Amino acid sequence: MSSLSPVNPDPAAPAVTASEPFVARDRPFSLRNLVQTIAGGYIPLMLATLVVFLPLLWMILSSFKQPGEIITVDLKILPDSVNLENYNIAMTTVPFAQFFINSTIVTVVGATIKVLLAILTAYALVFVRFPFKNAIFMLILVALMVPPQVSILPNYILIAGMGGKNTLWGIILPGLGTAFGTFLLRQHFLTLPASILESAEIDGAGHWRRLWQIVAPVSVPSIATVALVTVVSEWNEYIWPLIITDRPETMTLPVGLTLLQNSESNASGWGILMAGAVLVIVPILVVFAALQRYIVAGLTQGSVTG
Amino acid sequence: MTRQLASTPSTRPPDPPGRPLKQRPRRWSGRSRRDFFVFLALALPNLVLIAVFTYRPLISNIYYSTLDWTLGSASATVVGLDNYVTFFSSDDASKVLGTTAVFTLVTVGGSMFLGLLIALALNATVRGTTFARSAVFAPYVLSGVGVGLVWLFIFDPGYGVLAWVLRGIGQQSPQWINDPQLSLVMVILVYVWKNLGYCAVVYLAGLQSLPQDVMEAAALDGANGFRRFLSMSIPLLSPTTFFLLITSLLSSLQAFDLIRIMTPLGTGTSTLIYEAYLQAFGAFNRAGYSASISVILFAILLVITLLQVRFVERKVHYS
Repeated sequence: MSSLSPVNPDPAAPAVTASEPFVARDRPFSLRNLVQTIAGGYIPLMLATLVVFLPLLWMILSSFKQPGEIITVDLKILPDSVNLENYNIAMTTVPFAQFFINSTIVTVVGATIKVLLAILTAYALVFVRFPFKNAIFMLILVALMVPPQVSILPNYILIAGMGGKNTLWGIILPGLGTAFGTFLLRQHFLTLPASILESAEIDGAGHWRRLWQIVAPVSVPSIATVALVTVVSEWNEYIWPLIITDRPETMTLPVGLTLLQNSESNASGWGILMAGAVLVIVPILVVFAALQRYIVAGLTQGSVTG
Repeated sequence: MTRQLASTPSTRPPDPPGRPLKQRPRRWSGRSRRDFFVFLALALPNLVLIAVFTYRPLISNIYYSTLDWTLGSASATVVGLDNYVTFFSSDDASKVLGTTAVFTLVTVGGSMFLGLLIALALNATVRGTTFARSAVFAPYVLSGVGVGLVWLFIFDPGYGVLAWVLRGIGQQSPQWINDPQLSLVMVILVYVWKNLGYCAVVYLAGLQSLPQDVMEAAALDGANGFRRFLSMSIPLLSPTTFFLLITSLLSSLQAFDLIRIMTPLGTGTSTLIYEAYLQAFGAFNRAGYSASISVILFAILLVITLLQVRFVERKVHYS
């Protein structure tokens, strides 16, 4: 890499690197190199991967086990059969189908509105002239750092006062303002070349057309990143739905899982609880497996270059 | 903010007379007015939501914290700073602040240290890195409620896997749930499990952006791998480390899901955020007292954030 670099700080230097190439290195497939790579790389990685996957595998295996297979002194690793009884019990003890529908509505509606608001605000911050844009951006940046947890009591009093207790809009509304998406999309919009918008401006395209015909289409990967991260966090959101709902009809999946936990408190209920955990975890695990590149990029944004 | 497109701010003074394009000032001002309303139409909904649901609660909390008020009750008495005095003069302060400090420091330190180790392993291998990277990151995106339940089963002193492993080596499983100190250990372990993938991926990105020519020069100078790591990688990674330190501190201080699921009563695990939750929404309904704890938590978070903003101004360029 470095020898190909067009910017060489010292033009006289290259001769040195060329004259003694790779003396400090082993041949790529030398025994020492292989052992080093396996011991220093693969073994720790396999361990780390196992530490991540074994608990999840255990969750899935246990969700098929009957109480007799769980309450034993001898550990049984594999279930006797792929028995869906636990799922059946979990879904009849508490209305899991309803939780699933509620979670889907909250996630889809909440994430759609949040992403739209993020696109509109980021476009306005980057491409529309306005007097106090720096100050507004600072306020958004600070909001990014205000934890939602310290806001729950005042928001509970406000939303409950508006009649939003045990309603889906009451779950969705307080989280709609989006600092994260706005921030991330603004950073991306700033990198777009000025030329593509100038030509549209000369063509007489207004802001609305410029946004949806030029800026949004060329920003699809960034918007997808924001959308996925928003979907994941809406799906997993816990503290706010926990507080604003106390009736099963409007609970989301994580809150419903807590309800199941309360009703299956003895050891024979572990299989049922694992079935419930599978129903909450697996949808996001599937989404993550399919689209992990965008999700990892979005969640770790700002770490290195910003 | 340096690379705005079409970046003529509306506050720009009119062009001096005699310059070409004399019509421009008039055109700009007409468009500026239109842009003013376009901006409001696009940004105002989001800004209002942020103001109402993020900024207003900060002020409300300060007001509530001066009240002796039961949640759901119509009347409240103004008691000034009594809630703060109660908190700091009772056992709560040392217990809650101590738990918060232990939980935060151990989870942050543990996630960052293990994350760095995994990042080094990821960086050392060529094949399978993408899969391993995603696998390690996966717990970070999973529901804390689901994950908490799975681990609660693993830790179960009667029928959990851990108890079985301990029996295998002739040990009795400790009472993870009933012993306050062990509860804290358990929640910390699971929290680190859930979050170290985030640190690993961020550290990996940091390692991969290290200047290769500098590292190769060090290798040519005869520095071995460990020495290169200590005297080159660690200092060069310091912006990444600082970023992770701040973000991990902020998220550990806000950890809620795992604590709620694994130790619903907060025995031994009542951090500031959990105590604020328990006081308002647990058995006590002490809304004013809860608000005062939220204010204390927010003050701590604010100090950390200000540290970050100062650092960001100097080192990281957001534009």
